Parts: sequence; C-alpha cells; structure tokens
Amino acid sequence: MSAKLPPGLALQKVDERIMTLNVGPQHPGSGHMRIIVQIDGDFIVACDPDPGYVHRGEEKMAEYRNYILNIPHLERPVIHDSCNVLYPYVLGVEELLGIEVPERAKYIRVIASELNRCIYIMYWLAIYGIFLGHSTMFMWPAGDRELLIDLMEKMSGARVTHAHFVPGGVRNDLPPNFEDVCLRQVNYFEKRIKEYAAVFYDNPILIARTEKTGILSRQDAIRLGTTGSVLRASGVDYDLRKKEPYDVYDELDFQTPVLKEGDSYARSKIPWLDMMESCRIIRNALAKMPKSGSVRVKLKPNPKGGDDSVYKRVESGRGSLGCYIVSDKKPEPYRLKLSVGSFRNLIALPYLLKGEKLGNMPSVYWSLNYWPVEADR
Amino acid sequence: MSVIAPKFKFSEFVKSILDNLFWFLLIFALIGLPLVQIILFYIEMPVIDGELLTPFLALTWLADPSRTLPILKSFMATDLFRIAAFPGFGFAALLAAGTIFVERKMLAKLQLRVGPFYCGKIEGILQLMGDGLKLISKEIIIPAKADKPIFWAAPVIFVGAAAAFIALIPVAPGWVVADVDVGLLAVFAVIGFFPIITILSAWSANSKFPFIGGIRALHQMVSFEIPLILSLLGVVILTGTLNLSEIAASQSNFPWIVFLPVGAIVFFITILAELERIPFDLPEAESEIVAGWLTELSGMMYGLVQLGTYLKLYAFAALFVVLFLGGWNGPMIWPPFPEEIITKGIEAGPITITIPGLPLFSQETLNGIVWFVIKTVGVIFFILLPRGVFPRIRIDMLLSLGWYKLIGLAFVNIFIALGLLYAGVLGPGGML
Repeated sequence: MSAKLPPGLALQKVDERIMTLNVGPQHPGSGHMRIIVQIDGDFIVACDPDPGYVHRGEEKMAEYRNYILNIPHLERPVIHDSCNVLYPYVLGVEELLGIEVPERAKYIRVIASELNRCIYIMYWLAIYGIFLGHSTMFMWPAGDRELLIDLMEKMSGARVTHAHFVPGGVRNDLPPNFEDVCLRQVNYFEKRIKEYAAVFYDNPILIARTEKTGILSRQDAIRLGTTGSVLRASGVDYDLRKKEPYDVYDELDFQTPVLKEGDSYARSKIPWLDMMESCRIIRNALAKMPKSGSVRVKLKPNPKGGDDSVYKRVESGRGSLGCYIVSDKKPEPYRLKLSVGSFRNLIALPYLLKGEKLGNMPSVYWSLNYWPVEADR
Repeated sequence: MSVIAPKFKFSEFVKSILDNLFWFLLIFALIGLPLVQIILFYIEMPVIDGELLTPFLALTWLADPSRTLPILKSFMATDLFRIAAFPGFGFAALLAAGTIFVERKMLAKLQLRVGPFYCGKIEGILQLMGDGLKLISKEIIIPAKADKPIFWAAPVIFVGAAAAFIALIPVAPGWVVADVDVGLLAVFAVIGFFPIITILSAWSANSKFPFIGGIRALHQMVSFEIPLILSLLGVVILTGTLNLSEIAASQSNFPWIVFLPVGAIVFFITILAELERIPFDLPEAESEIVAGWLTELSGMMYGLVQLGTYLKLYAFAALFVVLFLGGWNGPMIWPPFPEEIITKGIEAGPITITIPGLPLFSQETLNGIVWFVIKTVGVIFFILLPRGVFPRIRIDMLLSLGWYKLIGLAFVNIFIALGLLYAGVLGPGGML
C-alpha cells in the first residue's frame, strides 16, 4: 500500500527510540518555515527542511506588470536587502532595453547596495545572536543597524523598502552633504562592528559551541551548489563582485574574506568580515564618485523589450542572486525567474545536521545565511 | 472605526466600583473579622505588660493608638510573622521583585536600550506589577492530554519548595524561620526536590518540547547537585556544624571565602546551573525547544514558576552569603537608637509624646540585616551579569563541566579545608 503513496506521504516505520520534532513554523527558532527533525536522544538522525510557508508568487506577479511596476514588489522577498534583490532585475532590464547608465548612478548603486548588504547582515547577526542565547548580540546589531538605515532613508526616502534602483539609473540624486554624513556614519559603524569581536566572536563559549560543528567540506560545498558566505567559509574564493564585476566593482579596491574551516563558526564570521569590506568599498566609492552629473536616463513610457532573454546575477547578502527575464516584445516580461542564494544554501542543511546534537541545530541552521521569505519568493 | 468599549459610561464605572466596595465590606465584616478573631484566638499569643494578648486586646489599638507598637512587637515574635513577613516569604519576595527590576534595567543599559520606562512614571518601577496583573488575568490553558492533577500541582509545589528553602536562611542573629541543627542537610534535601518537580511538570504536560526540556533540567540539576554538595563540605569541615546560624556566626572575624576561594567559585558556578541562568539555561533554550519545560504553562501557572525561580535565586544568593561571605557579620554602620525618645519622649510644643514599645529591632539586628542585604544584592548582581555577556552552552559541554571539572575542584577544596584543619590553623581549637 505504501508503494502507491507519493514520496512525501510514504508511511514510515515507527521506531520507539526516534522522536519526530516539528521545529516550526510556530517556533522561535525556525523562521517562516518548518524543519522536521528526527532525534534519537540528543542526536539528530534525519532532518527535512520544509520551506514554502511564505510563498507569494513574485515570479507570476511579475508577468502581469510592466518593467517599471515590477520594481516595488520584486524587492519584497528580502526587504532588508532590497537594493541587492532588485539589482539583477535592473541590470537585466537595462540590457534588454539597451540603456547606458550614467557613471554617477553606477557609484550610487554600489554605495546603496553595500549599505543594504550591511543592513541585512546586521539583522542576520542579531538573529544569530539570539539563536545562541546571547541577548546582547541581539540588541547591539539591531541598534547599530539604525545608522545605515538612516543613511538609506536620506538617500531614498524609505527605511527598508527603498525602490531606489530603476532601469536607467537610480530614482533620485543624493541629497546635499550626503557624502560627509555617509563617511562619518560608516566610519563609526566600522568602529562599532569591530567591538563585536570582544563580546561575541572571541567569546570562549561561542567558539567552543560552534567550532567544529556542522562542517561543510570544500568538495561538498561545491557539489551541493552553496553560494555566498557558506561557500567562502568552506575555502572557495568565489565572489561575483570579483568574478563577474558589474557596474563599477572592477574599479574599486576590496578583498573577499575566505576561511578554510567550513564550520558554523567560520560561516558566522564571514558575513562579519564582509561588512568591514563593505565599509571599505563605500569609502572607496565615495572618493571615486563623480561629484555631479545625471543619475538617471529618461525612459519611454511603457518600454518594450525585444524578442530576447537575459540572465544577470549579483552578489547579494546571501550569495549569488540571479534574475532571468524572457521578453516577447510586450511591456511585461514573458517570464521572470529569480535564482536566490537562500534556497541553494538550504540544500546543505540535511547534510550538515545529520548526526549533530539538537543544541547545534539553531547555530548550524542560521549560519547557512538563509532567509525563508527569499527562498519561497 | 472600532471602539474598545462602546457602551462605556463613567458613572457606571464608578457605580460598579462602589458595588464591589460594598460587597467587599460586607463579606469582610461577616466573614473576615470573625476569621481574624478565630485565628488570633488559636495562635499562641505573647504576654504584653503582664497581660496575655487576646483578640480583644489586639483590637484595643483602635481605642488607644499608643498600644500599636507593643502589639506589633508581640506579633513580630509569632511564627506567623516570621513565616509570612520577615525573614520569610515577604522579605524574600520583596528582594526578588527588586531583583527583577534591577535585572531588566541593568540588562537594558548593557544592551544600549532603555528597559521598562512607562509603567509607574519613575523608570518603569511598576512594570513587574503590570506583568503580574497581566499573568493573573490570562486564561490558563491546559493541554488536552496532560495529566491534569500533577500539571496543576507542579507550579504550586515549585513555589512551596522555594519558600521552604527561604525558611532555612538566617538573615540576622536569631532571625530565621526554621533554625534546625541540620540546616545544611535540609537545604540539600530541598534542592533535591526541584528536579523532581521539574520533570513531573514537564512529563505531565504530555508534549514534546516540555519533555525534552524536563530531561535536560534533570540532567543539569542532578549533575550539578554533586559538586554543589561537595563544595560546601569545606565550610562544614572547618566550622564543625551544619547549623546555618552557627556557620554565619563563626565568621565574625573573617569570611570563609578567604580560605576557601575554590569552593566559593565552584558553588557559584553550580548556583548558575541550578537556577537555569545563562549560560546554563538549557532547559529553557528558546531557539531549540521553545521554552523548554515551561512551554505548556500559561497564565498564572507560568507566573508562579517565575516567582519560584526568583525566590530560588534569592535563596541561593543568601546561602552563598551565609556560607562564604560571613552572613550578617560586618562593621557596625547602623546608628544607635536615641535613648531619649524612650526615656524622655519627644517634646512637640506643649505636650510630650511617649512611644512605648520602642525600639522594634535592636541595633545589632538592623546592622545585621543591612549587611546581609548588601552582600546578597552583590551576589545577585554577579548572578545576573552573565546574561548580558555569554551565549548558551551545549548539553555535552555542561555535563563534562559538571562531572569532570567541578567535582575535581570541589575535592581540591575539601583537601584545602582538611589541610587547614589538621595543620591547626582553623577549625575547633585552631589558631585563628
């Protein structure tokens, strides 16, 4: 009888030693998803991540809106990282429509993208802190994040969902005196995140708890298709800002942090090191940016693409984020597909959790730099 | 537009309050007063000014307010006062409430935020009262498959065990609820109750997360009870008594922490584990097992467990003070009571007010209370501090810490104590 059932519903043999735990969706340590964990005592014998609770049909919605109206809703999957999640779409539409972006707009995009990366990582770090029971590490990033949110508010007018990138540049020019304020706040921000080492990253209990847990080897990281900080924590130097530079990243001076251990501690440390590089990029871009000039190319109303398709990808806070747009000479895209880093990283979770202790579940799960809403789209 | 209470009228609100007041007064007069009389009749009453304190005499303060203090003083000599007010439940609950407030504000300052602010005008000082009212007014939800009698009883027994713990703590010379000669053994017995209550509550909820939390609590408490008991043996060896009052009195010259710092450190770490405080809050690890063994508790049942937890916190801190920091001993800082008020009275214009029954507490007692409170608050502060600094540790790290490291250190402490004893430095007939 069980052979006729679909795979997800197949009856399982009940083992009295094994307890099945539904971690989520209403669980403080799951996010908007469910992890079905089977434990034998304190050890996890099997783990089945079950995303899909916040599926909103972003890709289907995009087929009914024209290229400009798609901007606000496409940034909803990750509102903290809204500039980065919009970046590949905007780059793709520009290539479809054949638009050349002004130089100043490219620099503003890079600054906004790096600010957003820091805002996202701070939020991620706050949740990582509270997942490990470290309430100070929840409050500090959540508070320091406001510095950068204020900057983005000055730049775009909104605190989280900016809708600042448009095909052809950015929506508005920078406000007067923005460069000085930005430099000051970013310098202070960098000073603050360096203080996190003392309370969090050098904390002996944290190191003892997360080091050598959930080890993802270099081969496995590549084979499972992980990306972003997870890949770089396993010793693979892969960053799209370096490998496929878009806009002006090839003119800027920065490095991508790489660690070799591949454990939860390394995976949690890479985003923190990333933020310091982001501060460096922002300072560098502020210095090199043209002081005046146009920031936006005027588009025709209801622009139409050719009979063409385009795939663009950028390095978001969670890794490679791709956008595939198929156009069929209409104002709306024929098909829009988002390829997100969260979903790729989630694939590693069952492999990492197998044989781990239950106490390691939150740290391994959240160190994968996973954002449930983005994975569901 | 929705209104919270569409038919609200101020006059009806006042009327309902007056109604309630009427019923309260009626019930108080018909049931409460006779009940007070009966209770006063049955408890053993002391003798004041050559007269036995009868219920009638107890109520004479209505006619003669100058008799208030003698009656109060005689009431303070009863067991009821010691159990309910000082040094028993009321005193401990007051300190526990202060602890919660200080914890919240201190943690907020550490984390660059404000903490409770609005409730009670001054720095949110009434926040705890608001939270308590909220918990009382909430519905108590019991899981359908729970073992109801045990599930109901567990929070109450938890508070009871914590209160029994408090009863053994001597606060000032002679001020202790239960001054038993095997006081320390009684403390161990009470501590042994907590894992049983925890696992009963967790198991009877018939739910997975409380069950895991209860098993974790059982592991944690049992594995830390052994170093806890062993770390206190050093003090017992040196004082030669198990009576907590005598142990506190034996430290009039120097506290035991001077000679037994290893034992004090081991005991402090075991306190953190027994209290389930960060970094040892595994039984309530939020991101792993929701709220651990508290998951299914709701409303005032949860409130009772929290009350019991903070009473336990006070009791452990007080035990640390009594055993290692010298209890009530300290330099005399309380000013002596002005004798003129007793002998001459207070001159207020043409009349001289004499207040019989003064002083309520002797100077030594008040000084002892002050030192005890200062030391206890200091220990509580150090118990609260790790919450802002450390993440949670894992169960295997916890067990290896309890079984390998702390037990070893506790034995080192015992050997230090034995060495001091046989070298003739300390102990009965020692040099110091």
